[in-house]
Amino acid sequence: MAYMKNKLWALILYPISLFMSADWLDVNMPVGVTDISKEVFGLHMAIFFVVVAIGVIVFGVLFWSMWKYRRSNNKKPATFTENHTVEILWTIIPTLILIAMAVPASITLKKIYDHEAEEGGIDIQVVGWQWKWQYKYLDEQVGNKPLSFFSNLTTPPDQYEFNRVEKTENYLLEVDEPVVIPVDTPVRFLITSNDVIHSWYMSDFAVKQDAIPGFINVAKTKVNVPGIYRGNCTELCGERHAYMPIVVKAVTQEEYQEWLQQKRDLAEQIAYLTEKEWTSEELLATGEEIYETRCAACHQTNGAGIAGFYPALAGSDVVMNDKAKQIEILMEGIRGSQMQSFAEQLNEVEMASVITFTRLAWGNERSGDGEIVIPKDIVEYKETNL
Amino acid sequence: MSAVVENHNHHDDHHHGPKKGIMRWLTTTNHKDIGTLYLWFSFAAFLLGGAFAMGIRAELFEPGLQLMDPIRYNQLVTMHGLIMIFGGVMPAFVGLANWLIPLQIGAPDMAMPRMNNLSFWLLPTAFAILLSTAFMEGGMPGFGWTFYAPLSTNYPNVAYFVFAIHIMGASSIMGSINVIVTIMNMRAPGMTLMKMPLFVWSWLITAYLLIAVMPVLAGAVTMLLMDAYFGTSFFDAAGGGDPVLFQHVFWFFGHPEVYIMILPAFGITSHIISTFSRKPLFGHSSMVYAMVSIAVLSFVVWAHHMFTVGMPLVAELFFMWATMLIAIPTGVKVFNWCATIFKGSITYETPMLFSIAFVVLFTIGGFSGLMLAITPADFQYHDTYFVVAHFHYVLVPGAVFSIMAAVYYWLPKWTGNMYDEKMGRLHFWLSFAGVNITFFPQHFVGLAGMPRRYADYALQFAEWNAVSSVGAFLFGLSQLLFLYIVVKTVFAGKKATPQVWDGADGLEWTVDSPAPYHTFDVPPKVK
Repeated sequence: MAYMKNKLWALILYPISLFMSADWLDVNMPVGVTDISKEVFGLHMAIFFVVVAIGVIVFGVLFWSMWKYRRSNNKKPATFTENHTVEILWTIIPTLILIAMAVPASITLKKIYDHEAEEGGIDIQVVGWQWKWQYKYLDEQVGNKPLSFFSNLTTPPDQYEFNRVEKTENYLLEVDEPVVIPVDTPVRFLITSNDVIHSWYMSDFAVKQDAIPGFINVAKTKVNVPGIYRGNCTELCGERHAYMPIVVKAVTQEEYQEWLQQKRDLAEQIAYLTEKEWTSEELLATGEEIYETRCAACHQTNGAGIAGFYPALAGSDVVMNDKAKQIEILMEGIRGSQMQSFAEQLNEVEMASVITFTRLAWGNERSGDGEIVIPKDIVEYKETNL
Repeated sequence: MSAVVENHNHHDDHHHGPKKGIMRWLTTTNHKDIGTLYLWFSFAAFLLGGAFAMGIRAELFEPGLQLMDPIRYNQLVTMHGLIMIFGGVMPAFVGLANWLIPLQIGAPDMAMPRMNNLSFWLLPTAFAILLSTAFMEGGMPGFGWTFYAPLSTNYPNVAYFVFAIHIMGASSIMGSINVIVTIMNMRAPGMTLMKMPLFVWSWLITAYLLIAVMPVLAGAVTMLLMDAYFGTSFFDAAGGGDPVLFQHVFWFFGHPEVYIMILPAFGITSHIISTFSRKPLFGHSSMVYAMVSIAVLSFVVWAHHMFTVGMPLVAELFFMWATMLIAIPTGVKVFNWCATIFKGSITYETPMLFSIAFVVLFTIGGFSGLMLAITPADFQYHDTYFVVAHFHYVLVPGAVFSIMAAVYYWLPKWTGNMYDEKMGRLHFWLSFAGVNITFFPQHFVGLAGMPRRYADYALQFAEWNAVSSVGAFLFGLSQLLFLYIVVKTVFAGKKATPQVWDGADGLEWTVDSPAPYHTFDVPPKVK
């Protein structure tokens, strides 16, 4: 008997457990890891229960009337057309409910704005680019510039475009360099854009701010729990809108300082590498990889581009015969088009490698002058032009 | 009086009904013909926009890009929105207005019949221009139906989009002028404004909204065109312009536009619920005041679409409070419909089923709208699938269900035949299930953080997206049944009486079914 009972329970519980399993449970807003996000979650749940209560009452009355006054049950309809008492009541009561909702909402909103205006903490400039995020630590100098890097999607096209390999856990939510922030410290994000409008959305912090060219929007957060948090761009910004995730790594103060030191060391190393003499084989090795992650989204893996949107690099006159022009395009971008400046996105070695790759690939070497570009060329360009 | 009768006979001698063949439809100035044209045009757009939606849902069935690249995906999203709004919902309401306003106010036709013809024929022209981009290098617009600058200013073929919007706007403005002039001047003797049927009232208000905001949209697209081709910098920050200005201008059009797509639905629902409850509508005049309030408020809430652009605190507070106010008149309308049902003698024919579903599901869309109004919470909801769920709840089981209800309700009057009730109910239940399976799970993925307009998404959203896609195909395929039912009713079916529905009230039910080509040559008297 007890066995039977267990089996019965298992039968009932199995579908419920299936339903409650991790994937199916994502049906509500995350509580988040900041004081503000917790407050916003509370507000969300409160309004939710208010509208559910209103729904139960209104729909209850409606469904009951529909049942009770069906024709087979009530042959003779009433003829009344108004009743001032109920009409006044159902205007005043909703007004009171709305006021009860508006007051806490306004208080929370005020708190968010006050929090933003407070002094102190670290400033990170966030720049939206098609289709990646740039982070500049305004208070941290590396060499003679603020620490800055780009955060690119690392999920390979084999997973999202060709569906050749199985999708991994953080599919479309993983980047090469997350933005690192210390916990328990106010962090002010100064959000703007380099091209079209993007939006920086981190649900766990209850932060969503549009990145608008020509504007700097402020979002402030203080994360309480160390961890890796993942978010998305939430303003349609063109083709690869779904492919520019945000990853924030919140670490302890010591780990944060350690990370900053690593970034400074790396910068020195790169400065040294630009001085070295490079061969085309060495450049090609890194160039192809960079092309795949930074260029292929538009110009395509085969260099053919997309007609009407992105010009072909294979067989392009500039890529085959005009080294100086190509460096200029990569460094400055082309105004009024989606070709952006890569001067800040790639270091000298990366820049030279990727240009060399395009000049030698897809038969360009045979049809063109076949000249390569070395890191010193880029350094030279920067010295004369920037 | 005798003069009128004489005129009437004279008229009959020289007019032999509609022309034959294609010229009847190209040159018609008859409000019923033009109404029919609008409705068929709308249905075609509904199927095309629906096919685009099927493409979207098929791509979103599972994570990864299976069927199309993201450029194509963005084009489908954009064209789905444009076609459904400007080709589906709005022309459907204009078609209903053409058919019903003269019949309901006892007028022989619309006030400006030739302009009426032009209003309609501009529409296929505009859509031909818009859709022609599908065959060009660069393809269809892919910047979303909201065409935010500066994404749109650098997009291929944007000039075709701008020109198409201009023509659609001209068509809407002419249609609105016609509606207002007709209602203001051609009501039957005795029909005072407050005695006017609610569908007519809803259209009078809608027409004013259209005249107010369509020029604003025209301004927005013109500035966009100048930025794209003539070197101005209205929206280009690098040239001293302001990308946020675009959003203010667009949403000053966009929010009233939302109500343009729902007010006529309110009118339709009021008629149908009263008819099948066999009881006069509760609170006729408060319904009118509620619609006027909603229309006025629609001009001061636009920036709730822009809570994340970085506005000052006072602006965010103002737009939050103003938006919440809309819940009051909307609530009054819902309560009035419930009170109309209360103590009625109710039957549940297809139009009634669609109308009750309208009341319930539109209210659910209203609830999520109220949640979206709460600014701090909107920082989480904004531009996620929660918003997609919200506006599809108010537009599909809202506006679209009311249009379907209207078609079933007035189809016997238009064709003279009763539709097949069993098939109608089947269509309702399939649509009802389809709509909820499609859009309800979108609340979940939205709250969990899935952004809208994404061709591809993280694995945590996979299950609910699959459910949503299945629902979408159920809903989409059910509409072929709708097409079948309507076509069948046009050609055959039980003959309809002039009254059609025993509880129906209004001048349109005093003329024969099908309504003769010319009605109310002699104005009826309204008590």
